[in-house]
Amino acid sequence: MCGIAGLIHRGKSSNVGEELQHMLQALKHRGPDSTGYALYADNDGQNFILRFKVGENVGEGSTSVNEDESVYNERKKAVDKKLSELGALVVKEEKLTPYSYRYEIKFDKDLMDFSKTIESIQSVEILSIGKSLELIKDLGDATVVSERYGLSKVQGTHGIGHARMATESGVDIKSAHPFWGYPFADVSVVHNGQLTNYWNNRRVLENKGMRFMSECDSELIAVFLAERMRKGATLEEGMKESLTGLDGVFTYFVATKDSLGMAKDTMAAKPLVLYESDDLVAMGSEEIAIRSILPQEIDTYDPFDGEVKVWQT
Amino acid sequence: MANLKTAEKKTKAQSMGMHTETLTGKTQQKFFNPDEAENFFYWGTYDVDFNKRTDLDVKDLDCKQANGKIDELMSQGYGTIVIKNPQGKHSLGVGVLNKLNLIFEGSLGYFGVGSIDGPIVRVNGRVGWSCAENMMAGKVVIEKNAGSCFGAAIRGGDLICKGSVGARTGIDQKGGTIIIGGDAGAFTGFMMQRGRIVILGDVGINLGDSMYDGTIYVGGKIGSFGSDAVESPMTKDDIDWLKRKLKVAEIGENFDVSKMTKVVAGKKLWNYDALEPTEKKGAI
Repeated sequence: MCGIAGLIHRGKSSNVGEELQHMLQALKHRGPDSTGYALYADNDGQNFILRFKVGENVGEGSTSVNEDESVYNERKKAVDKKLSELGALVVKEEKLTPYSYRYEIKFDKDLMDFSKTIESIQSVEILSIGKSLELIKDLGDATVVSERYGLSKVQGTHGIGHARMATESGVDIKSAHPFWGYPFADVSVVHNGQLTNYWNNRRVLENKGMRFMSECDSELIAVFLAERMRKGATLEEGMKESLTGLDGVFTYFVATKDSLGMAKDTMAAKPLVLYESDDLVAMGSEEIAIRSILPQEIDTYDPFDGEVKVWQT
Repeated sequence: MANLKTAEKKTKAQSMGMHTETLTGKTQQKFFNPDEAENFFYWGTYDVDFNKRTDLDVKDLDCKQANGKIDELMSQGYGTIVIKNPQGKHSLGVGVLNKLNLIFEGSLGYFGVGSIDGPIVRVNGRVGWSCAENMMAGKVVIEKNAGSCFGAAIRGGDLICKGSVGARTGIDQKGGTIIIGGDAGAFTGFMMQRGRIVILGDVGINLGDSMYDGTIYVGGKIGSFGSDAVESPMTKDDIDWLKRKLKVAEIGENFDVSKMTKVVAGKKLWNYDALEPTEKKGAI
């Protein structure tokens, strides 16, 4: 079933890492397999934040394998070499786990070419690129992942997150949400539901040059939106097109560096509870997610079928 | 009624109207014995005094603990119970099978007050998905909004939401009345079989889709009709009933019910009629 949560502070920053951790932990019963965060942090905006993995954390049903750390280290060296060839300057690098890294880089060329080059290295996947996006996903519940990656102190304006119950593909990082909206900087997506025209859409989008890294149906939403945006559509236009372009049941959130959006399928088959005030929008699969950060009595509601909403910071 | 002390087992059960055929299921054989007097009463029901009132703070309780406390208070005769700090927790107040005034000072999560048979419930907040699912009797009033599947499969009673509700309100409804003060989402009255739904505001697409029977009244705009749902003329009886019902529900004061749209099933299904099983017996 999966649980999704998102929040956006309008006109100010807050401790979004900790807030999203509480919201996702409250939804743990909806998805205990893996947890992912897309946090829009108060970075200086000068450099790109590149988060990538050079191996997998393998759980039940995964087609990937755990490998020796020395293999990961070799791949990391290969990434460094490619970055140098691409003309990207690494300003800062952090090893977060044996298989994942966070780099700050200076780069001013095409991100699609950049991504294709880096991901041409076997088993290397870019989790996200952006000036403010910090995309983290791994196996375990919200607290486990937050503690592993030190997320509780992340300050920012907004974020989306996902507690995953694996149904369409195995338990591993590549199938975990959020998905980066490749090749657009700072775009991320989380989804609750099942998409039934995944393969049809995937074939069409791959023929148009879009890339898929997993066999998780939810990744289609990120790729679908990215393809529409590449053609010049706004985020909201792309989301509205997705209501007819995607078949199945879904509620999804999408975030960019300065906005947060939600879309609900035309049958309203997947839950969403929404709280909206002048300075904060918080939403989640269940009200208890919102209550975890707003325990006082508040007015919430369920968006209707086929509804698309976008909020700015 | 047959003499319970002398009649055969099968006759005893039939005489009490509890079933009319030999029980063969393992579960029924295990748990139902017509010789045992307690089988003739609802298990888990209590005689309560409405004037005996208490508060229950569920802030630090999970739903099982909270429902256990409610049960314990009813067993002590409390007839008015005020629940403090429900904070969106799921499945609170379920399975109450006797008369009770149950008041929630805050919002409920999913499956609130499901499978109830008799209590009067007021929620001073919002409710999540599937509120009052399988309700058999009683009255439930929600002061704010409600999620999807509001009143799913209810058999009886009055279920009132003063705000707006999500999709599939009254799905599989088998009786009773659902009244919505605001708007309702898609598939309202989906597969409903009996009972009435009243929506004062707008309603989404596929209204009354695949409905067998029952009646839906809509005060605002209709997104679209579902398969098998058709408009029917409003009668004086409809108007009188609506006026009376809205007054009792304390909702829609001064609302002109005569301008509402009445929606019914447009297709007669094979081997199905609107008679209750007991009415069928009378007809035979």
